[in-house]
Amino acid sequence: MLSVRHVSKSYPGPRSRDVLHDVNLDLKGGEYVAIMGESGVGKSTLLNLIAGLDAPDTGTIELAGVALAALDDDGRTRLRREKIGFVFQAFHVLPYLDVAHNVELPLALLEVPPKDRARRVDAMLAAVGLDGRGTSLPRELSGGELQRVAIARALIHEPMLVLADEPTGNLDPDNAAQILDLLRTRVKAGGAAAILVTHSDRAAATADRVLRLTAAGFTAEAPK
Amino acid sequence: MTGRLLIGPILQHPGRSLLCVVAIALGVALGFAVQLINGSAISEFTRAAQTLAGKADVTVRGPRQGFDESIYVDLARRDGVALASPALEVDAKLPGREEPLRVIGLDVFRAGRLQPALFAEGADLLDSLRADTVFLSPAAMGWLGVKPGDTLTVQSGLARHGLHVAGALTGEASLGRVAVMDIGAAQTLFDRIGRVSRVDLRLASGVDVERFVAALDLAPGLTAERPRDAGTATDRMTRAYRVNLDVLALVALFTGGLLVFSTQALSVAQRRAQIALLRVLGCTRGQIAGLLLAEGLLLGIVGAALGLAGGLALARIAMEIVGADLGAGYFRGIAPVLRVSPVAALTFGGLGVVAAVVGSLGPALEAARAAPAAALKSGDDQRAFAALRPPWIGIACLGAGAAASALPPVDDLPVFGYLAIAALLMGTILSLPALTAFALARIPTAQRIPVALAIEQLRARPAQAALSLAAIVAAVGLSVSMAVMVSSFRTSVDAWLEAVLPADLYLRSSSGGDSAFFTESDQARIRDVPGIARIEFLRWQQVLLDPQRPRVTLLARDGVDLDAERRLPLIGPIASTDPSLPRAWLSEQTAAIYGFAPGQRIAVPLNGRLHEFVVAGIWRDYARQNGAVLIDRAIYTALADDRSANDAGMWLTAGTTSADVQSAIEAVTGKDAVEFATPGEIRAVSLSIFDRTFTVTYALEAAAVLIGLVGLSSAIGSQVLARRREFGMLRHVGVLRGQIARMLATEGFIVAAVGLLIGVALGFAMSLVLIHVVNRQSFHWGMQLHVPVAGLALFIAVMLMLSTITAVFAGRQAMAGDAVRAVKEDW
Repeated sequence: MLSVRHVSKSYPGPRSRDVLHDVNLDLKGGEYVAIMGESGVGKSTLLNLIAGLDAPDTGTIELAGVALAALDDDGRTRLRREKIGFVFQAFHVLPYLDVAHNVELPLALLEVPPKDRARRVDAMLAAVGLDGRGTSLPRELSGGELQRVAIARALIHEPMLVLADEPTGNLDPDNAAQILDLLRTRVKAGGAAAILVTHSDRAAATADRVLRLTAAGFTAEAPK
Repeated sequence: MTGRLLIGPILQHPGRSLLCVVAIALGVALGFAVQLINGSAISEFTRAAQTLAGKADVTVRGPRQGFDESIYVDLARRDGVALASPALEVDAKLPGREEPLRVIGLDVFRAGRLQPALFAEGADLLDSLRADTVFLSPAAMGWLGVKPGDTLTVQSGLARHGLHVAGALTGEASLGRVAVMDIGAAQTLFDRIGRVSRVDLRLASGVDVERFVAALDLAPGLTAERPRDAGTATDRMTRAYRVNLDVLALVALFTGGLLVFSTQALSVAQRRAQIALLRVLGCTRGQIAGLLLAEGLLLGIVGAALGLAGGLALARIAMEIVGADLGAGYFRGIAPVLRVSPVAALTFGGLGVVAAVVGSLGPALEAARAAPAAALKSGDDQRAFAALRPPWIGIACLGAGAAASALPPVDDLPVFGYLAIAALLMGTILSLPALTAFALARIPTAQRIPVALAIEQLRARPAQAALSLAAIVAAVGLSVSMAVMVSSFRTSVDAWLEAVLPADLYLRSSSGGDSAFFTESDQARIRDVPGIARIEFLRWQQVLLDPQRPRVTLLARDGVDLDAERRLPLIGPIASTDPSLPRAWLSEQTAAIYGFAPGQRIAVPLNGRLHEFVVAGIWRDYARQNGAVLIDRAIYTALADDRSANDAGMWLTAGTTSADVQSAIEAVTGKDAVEFATPGEIRAVSLSIFDRTFTVTYALEAAAVLIGLVGLSSAIGSQVLARRREFGMLRHVGVLRGQIARMLATEGFIVAAVGLLIGVALGFAMSLVLIHVVNRQSFHWGMQLHVPVAGLALFIAVMLMLSTITAVFAGRQAMAGDAVRAVKEDW
């Protein structure tokens, strides 16, 4: 489903640095993988490359059989819109839209008919424990609730891949545990694959497989 | 450290800070320049008047045509008068020149003791007594390019006379452009035998001047004034014009203050978490407020300093190009030197600083009051704008503005009219969040994602949109109000010119000065010129209706009573009048200033006596600001014993050209002795003078709109910058770059459309106050409302386009960075 082959990435400039060097990764459909590693080793960069938000210096990335390099910016954006869901550390929900509209956003981008959208949003909000909060504004929600909104938004359009970058970094341990549980449950329920970038052993423990990213590439670890 | 905290935010957004500085500087520069120019002109005018009056305690003045010199004898014999000196002042026409030269005829034996500055040092006394000899002030010599020994030609009636320039007056630069000659010679030369126009009185020591003046029982049409008050009278004459420009400067300052307010409010809202951090680290509320006020103070000081320097430069340029009266025609013949007034500098510099500090006050207090814990949390910036939402104060201001527009003038100034404009402007600005929310709520929800997001974004943040709009609404409101007023004025002037210029050709003895005229025999000879089917002569002079007010123009025209309805631009019905009394037709200004209505009686001083007329009707007049009274020339001739005329309107016979008639008349009068103009030429010249007078206004409008537009651009830019993470997230979930650009374009378009809608409505309301209150109370003239629809539509379209482009451009800049990295920034 996802194939990363010999990918390298460096950032030029006065203090240029190599972030990724000859990285390879294969992900099957429905697989839930955690990526750990030191700060600055390139975990988030790898997610951005997979999402088509950035281009590797060398190597290839294929998602659902499509080589990202063959697509232009709009093509990569459309692929991302359809196949990928994102969960960020800082939630990133639009402050001027209510919860339901935030969750609905990917469906609107995919031009799903409004009636279907409403039905799917209601179902998703119920699934993430936000039943009845659809008309709330983001500023009325707690951090845990905001991340539930973000998870709902990441899964509402049934992507084949969910990319979660430190999704519990801004949450207390109890909320973090609930969110990790919810994320795994909903990803598995949707049949999607997921890559969870984290520093947390507890978070990594929820994954099927744990990979440690180093300057030399990936090393596999068993979930603890 | 405090310095870094103060300078840091200013330098972080140099463009935004520069904009505030420029806006403040513009208001300060305009106000300071107007004050400098007028102050210098008034000061020069006063000095000239005092030099002319010399050591006199009291000056008795009459009409320009003069009064009987027996009055001088009576005055000289009065108790308490130590010395009386008669003078005849004539603005003499100089062939080939548009501007006249003031010639003062003096009794050398008396004036020598009272006005020594009016005599040439070491001059032969006999020269002063010779009929063909004149002494010129240094300014007049420079202007005319003549030297002692040369001949100066002046025109009296239609005849030319050469005068020998005997010398220069003592080096009094303040005199302006004057010539001095013997009074007897001047009376003969200008056909004013037995008449004087002024008597200067030196009182005996111990005589109370005020009491002496109060006890003077002067003939109708004469006034007594103290020479030192001459500047005060001129100051009053120019006051309406000056106050209008000052108010324009204050509006510019207000817009500057508003720009500081919106910039600071947006900036403080964006820095809310940083400010909260300072509070967490131990800064007191007072320190936070002080820091933010100091930012405003710094912007104000820099703006004021630049404004004062700019004002000085502007004053120099304006005096070079349009003259000391900014084209209004009040100070002919004097060449003022620019004098920097520390009081004016302090006043306008201070106002600039105050505008900036007051603009910063609201955001500073709000930031200081914010609870640090809540302010550190994302999304709390909306609380910063909560105070802007309630529209009640704004609505109260709008109501107060409407009420103020119905109040009468204060001391001849439209104080409440200006207050009404200020209240309308303030009320609209304060109501902007509510008005914006109201307007945005009425935009239908869109299905397309970019448009839908743009609308939702704006609806959720009406206060920010309102803040972005504040400066553009003020600028558009000001521009639209001025555009509607100027267009109404111009259209009315054009229609008025059409009405008052019915003849085919106009003839004038002199466009400037009062020494040229047509005698009865001149009139008869011109009347006999072939090709003229009909000719109407006009005589005009200045008459005094009220000693406390400037003189009004008395116009005496042939046949006016016969066909007034068709020939005058009347603004009301003709009153049925007492047939035993002669009829007078009052200009709108005269009726308004002196409170006359049709059917009432009016006493007009003519030839030293008061003559009663009945007001038959009111007519529109844009030519004479101090008022005019029009009577039939046959009645004037009988009452004033004056058969001469100044102007004539001629209807030509079929097949006759203007050129034919001009040549034939010049054969009678002599070449260049008279001036001709067709109605088309007069109209073109009048409208070009009109447009020149409003050049300053157009320039200010353009500057205001530019500042408003840059303000809008800056506000959109800063908001877009603050939303980079939002755009980053949108890119993550699959929103195309083009869709984000369309979203921003939609936002820019909607915000500008709302701002323009409100600005145009505000401008229209302000134009009604300008037309029906300010202009009426300042200048006492009415005008027909004329909205320049095509011009405004073009203006709106251009503004919409520029605002949309601005928003997209600002978005491009915001998106130029890495959208991916933007989501890493903490919200």
